[in-house]
Amino acid sequence: MTNLPGDRRYTRAHEWAMESDGRILVGITDYAQDQLGDVVYVGLPEVGTMVTAGEPLGEVESTKSVADVYSPVTGTVLEKNSEAEQAPEVINSDPYGRGWLVAVDASGSALEELMGADEYQQWLEQEVDS
Amino acid sequence: MVFELSRPGRRAWSLPEADVDGPSLEELLPEAHRRAQPPNLPELSELDLVRHYTRLSQRNWAIDVGAYPLGSCTMKYNPKLSEEAASLPGMRDLHPFEDDDLVQGALELLGTLELALCEATGMARMTFQPAAGAQGELTGLLIMRAYHDAAGDPRRRVIIPDSAHGTNPASVTLAGFEAHETPSDERGLVDLGALREALADDVAGLMLTNPNTLGLFERDIAEIATSVHDAGGLLYYDGANFNSIVGLVRPGDMGFDIVHLNLHKTFATPHGGGGPGSGPLGVVERLEPFLPSPVLEWDEGAERWSWDHDRPRSIGRIHSFHGNFGINLRAYCYLRSLGPAGLRQVAERAVLNANYLRALIEEAFPTAYPGPCMHEFVSSAARLKRLGVRATDVCKRLIDFGFHPPTIYFPLVVEEALMVEPTETESKETLDSLAAALNQIADEAEGDPELLRSAPITTPVRRPDEARAARQLRVRWTPADPDGGS
Ligand SMILES: Cc1ncc(COP(=O)(O)O)c(C=O)c1O
Repeated sequence: MTNLPGDRRYTRAHEWAMESDGRILVGITDYAQDQLGDVVYVGLPEVGTMVTAGEPLGEVESTKSVADVYSPVTGTVLEKNSEAEQAPEVINSDPYGRGWLVAVDASGSALEELMGADEYQQWLEQEVDS
Repeated sequence: MVFELSRPGRRAWSLPEADVDGPSLEELLPEAHRRAQPPNLPELSELDLVRHYTRLSQRNWAIDVGAYPLGSCTMKYNPKLSEEAASLPGMRDLHPFEDDDLVQGALELLGTLELALCEATGMARMTFQPAAGAQGELTGLLIMRAYHDAAGDPRRRVIIPDSAHGTNPASVTLAGFEAHETPSDERGLVDLGALREALADDVAGLMLTNPNTLGLFERDIAEIATSVHDAGGLLYYDGANFNSIVGLVRPGDMGFDIVHLNLHKTFATPHGGGGPGSGPLGVVERLEPFLPSPVLEWDEGAERWSWDHDRPRSIGRIHSFHGNFGINLRAYCYLRSLGPAGLRQVAERAVLNANYLRALIEEAFPTAYPGPCMHEFVSSAARLKRLGVRATDVCKRLIDFGFHPPTIYFPLVVEEALMVEPTETESKETLDSLAAALNQIADEAEGDPELLRSAPITTPVRRPDEARAARQLRVRWTPADPDGGS
């Protein structure tokens, strides 16, 4: 079964967002990395880029396909994970930890509007069944 | 690697001493363009060379060796008659700079092919410049942009379905548009409601292939066309799946304004090692002025074909000369040998073959959307996931049975997708043995999943590490011993 930490919020497009030191960290879920397979490339926005909730923020490419990553929040990119850019396999091995993608400033983001772990779990079950 | 067979001084040729005096290299080339050292080319005898490439060709899979049910690619047999025509010296040795008057036959061939393909698609004119489907897409989208710009109504977005081929969004982006994805409904067809919602006055057009990449005919195409046109947009036909309807339905009659054809699919020209291909692009009359320049014209009075370069509203050139002439010539042969009735049979049998195969494997690999398909179908291997077996393992195992695997993991809307397109040129016996192989593989997955995960076991190379190859891309060979080579 897919791994779902309770300390963060989730989107229907399989991203997660979590507050950490006044910033919002963004990544893709364990389910998303499993569906994609071996990630071989990740394209991330430069520091200072404005990202909008629900709009593409970057892309993740695996040996199977390319997928857009949609931003869970609106704000400015403060940092991107250069380790994930250089060694994209960390997105497969540690999607909730070292495989984070970008840090966004917290202003204007309403994390509580996103799904909690239980709700995302239900969404997953529903989507996989259909 | 051919470099590893190299021995200093070995040659595959020897030339006699020149018995005429020519200008020296120093006279011909300025010093900046002269090499200081000879290039590091492999040195081999003719026999070494012939054996090396013959060996490589024997390791290669090809339609001339066995079935190739690679979905969306239409890997049909490429008739030898077309090859023979293409190797006639009068065709093979033509130079594109030849004076129009000396190549009237070749121009007539292109003109006749244009007429035939316009007839088959319901378009007014066609260009042969694009070298593949994807380049046809770019050409068509540049025409779409030129059309809206010329009307003083520049538009930003192009809509594509979520089942679209990856080249569609890529071409949209390359042409300077923004791709907007529209969802499929529970039938696997364009969700008409969602499409209508997305159609705003900044939409330049919709790109669609019909049948779509799930092998399903877009039954609402008339309503789709009306909606797109009412919103001021144009309708683009991705002709990758034309094989299933050729001679039966015309994209132009469905309401499409721009059409590309992949001659290396429907018209049986080789896919050969990545090229050359041909992706002619047709348009309706109102888009004609924007076609790439030059355009081939027939002068009734002078009874002469010539190239018209005076095309002020053209998007410009998108390929040198007139595209890949030798490929267009093969497509012409194919068309003339089949004739209209033969072409209709192509489509009918492609659809029949796909449905026959689908029914034979339906139980082991259920299709994502039930019901009859067109020339291809998309099955799912998701049921094998609980055994730790993925679509890719099924495909690798199929190689051991002597078949090229189907396309996998595309379209993205189907989990563990297996996209199968047998084409009309495979016999019932071949389809039966392909189905038997797939059904046996489904049984093996239950009994011995490890066998699938370690497949293929019969090939010179087992499973390349695709992830590592993509992460650390090295396309240039370098000697293993840094002191051994240069
Ligand atoms: C649906 C679809 N569209 C477009 C293309 C691109 O065509 P080409 O490979 O000729 O560039 C393909 C090729 O496989 C395809 O299957």
